[in-house]
Amino acid sequence: METLERLLREHPFLQGMEHRHLEFMTGCAANVRFAAGQFLFREGEEANAAYMLREGRVAIEVHVPGRGSTQIATVEAGQVFGWTWLFPPYRWRFDARAVEPVRAITFQGDCLRAKCEADHDLGYELLKRFLREIDRNLERVHLQLLDVYRAES
Amino acid sequence: MMPRMLEVRRVIRESHDTVSIVIADPQARPFAPGQFNMLYVFGAGEAAISISGDAGEGGLLTHTVRAVGSVTRPLAAMKRGAVVGVRGPFGQGWPVEAARGGTTILLAGGIGLAPLRPVIYRFLRERRAEERLVLLYGARSSSEMIYRRELERWALEGAIEVHVIVDRAAGEWRGRVGVLTDLLDTCAFEPARTIAMVCGPEVMMRAAARALAERGVAAEDIYLSMERNMKCAVGMCGHCQFGPSFICKDGPVLALPRIEPILGKREI
Repeated sequence: METLERLLREHPFLQGMEHRHLEFMTGCAANVRFAAGQFLFREGEEANAAYMLREGRVAIEVHVPGRGSTQIATVEAGQVFGWTWLFPPYRWRFDARAVEPVRAITFQGDCLRAKCEADHDLGYELLKRFLREIDRNLERVHLQLLDVYRAES
Repeated sequence: MMPRMLEVRRVIRESHDTVSIVIADPQARPFAPGQFNMLYVFGAGEAAISISGDAGEGGLLTHTVRAVGSVTRPLAAMKRGAVVGVRGPFGQGWPVEAARGGTTILLAGGIGLAPLRPVIYRFLRERRAEERLVLLYGARSSSEMIYRRELERWALEGAIEVHVIVDRAAGEWRGRVGVLTDLLDTCAFEPARTIAMVCGPEVMMRAAARALAERGVAAEDIYLSMERNMKCAVGMCGHCQFGPSFICKDGPVLALPRIEPILGKREI
């Protein structure tokens, strides 16, 4: 458990987090690996995890009938993804596929929700960190929607 | 102010709508990376096009053109042997001397890589041991990336650091997907010893300038290459006025503090 706590402490997403919070969260965390091509999750499945990447790259994809899979973002070592576990009905809205071998720390969503309910300080701290990620993602999506590289005459 | 009549020596297809035109210019005037020429197509008109070739390749002038307008379409359709009118070089280029000795980050979006390519050529020719060049390049999709072979070669050779990202991709793409500013997270740099040169669509440049500032790069070390409708190219006609600056004469490369107050203003 100590090793896992160290990995949590060293990950950029949790940098500066209080020791007691890290200790509390460690109980929900596990080390996971995915081979290249393996799906971490698929759209519609139960969303009960957050992922902090330690190595490799994950593609967030949407399957478009007639067009196949379209990658809308990639996530890399040092980044976090997966916040659908925070909100009912807890169902993934995208696919996530390992583009290359991936090592990550995963948090079990229901466990994390219970801890956040039990300790609102932890809940607030985590929510702030996830909101920053969501805010960054929104800015990214806005820029992608603008399609700034499209040819205009 | 009169164009020189020059012959197209070679046309290189860069993507479905973009070509590089190599023009023979026996009396080529020296140019600085980031400067542009006015290219004249008979019967169509004149357009400002950045010089995208190597300042060290004597007798040749290279421009990369995307076929999007009434002049650039016939320009991009030119074949070897065609004659094009050339005026220039014009404008202020990138601060390549100020960048010596530290880290230079090039942030290029789409065809915005074209005016930055001469910086890369110059770096590869004149680099010193303590200097570092990082290229962050964003494109709409992998098929719309320009200079693909060179990007691969530069990345393989390792003399410069190359990071590429695309807005969207099909399932088989193994690179990054997202926006250009995401790439700033992939490279560590010391903000106080970093100069950033940014070129691409204006919305992208604003986002890049913000992201660089958030990472501690001083505004005076951030340079943008602005694009406006240029006509005379010598600051006389006023077509390219951008606040107190004329993009053709004072730019196209401008330090951020000079344009920051009006960057993104709807009225300008």
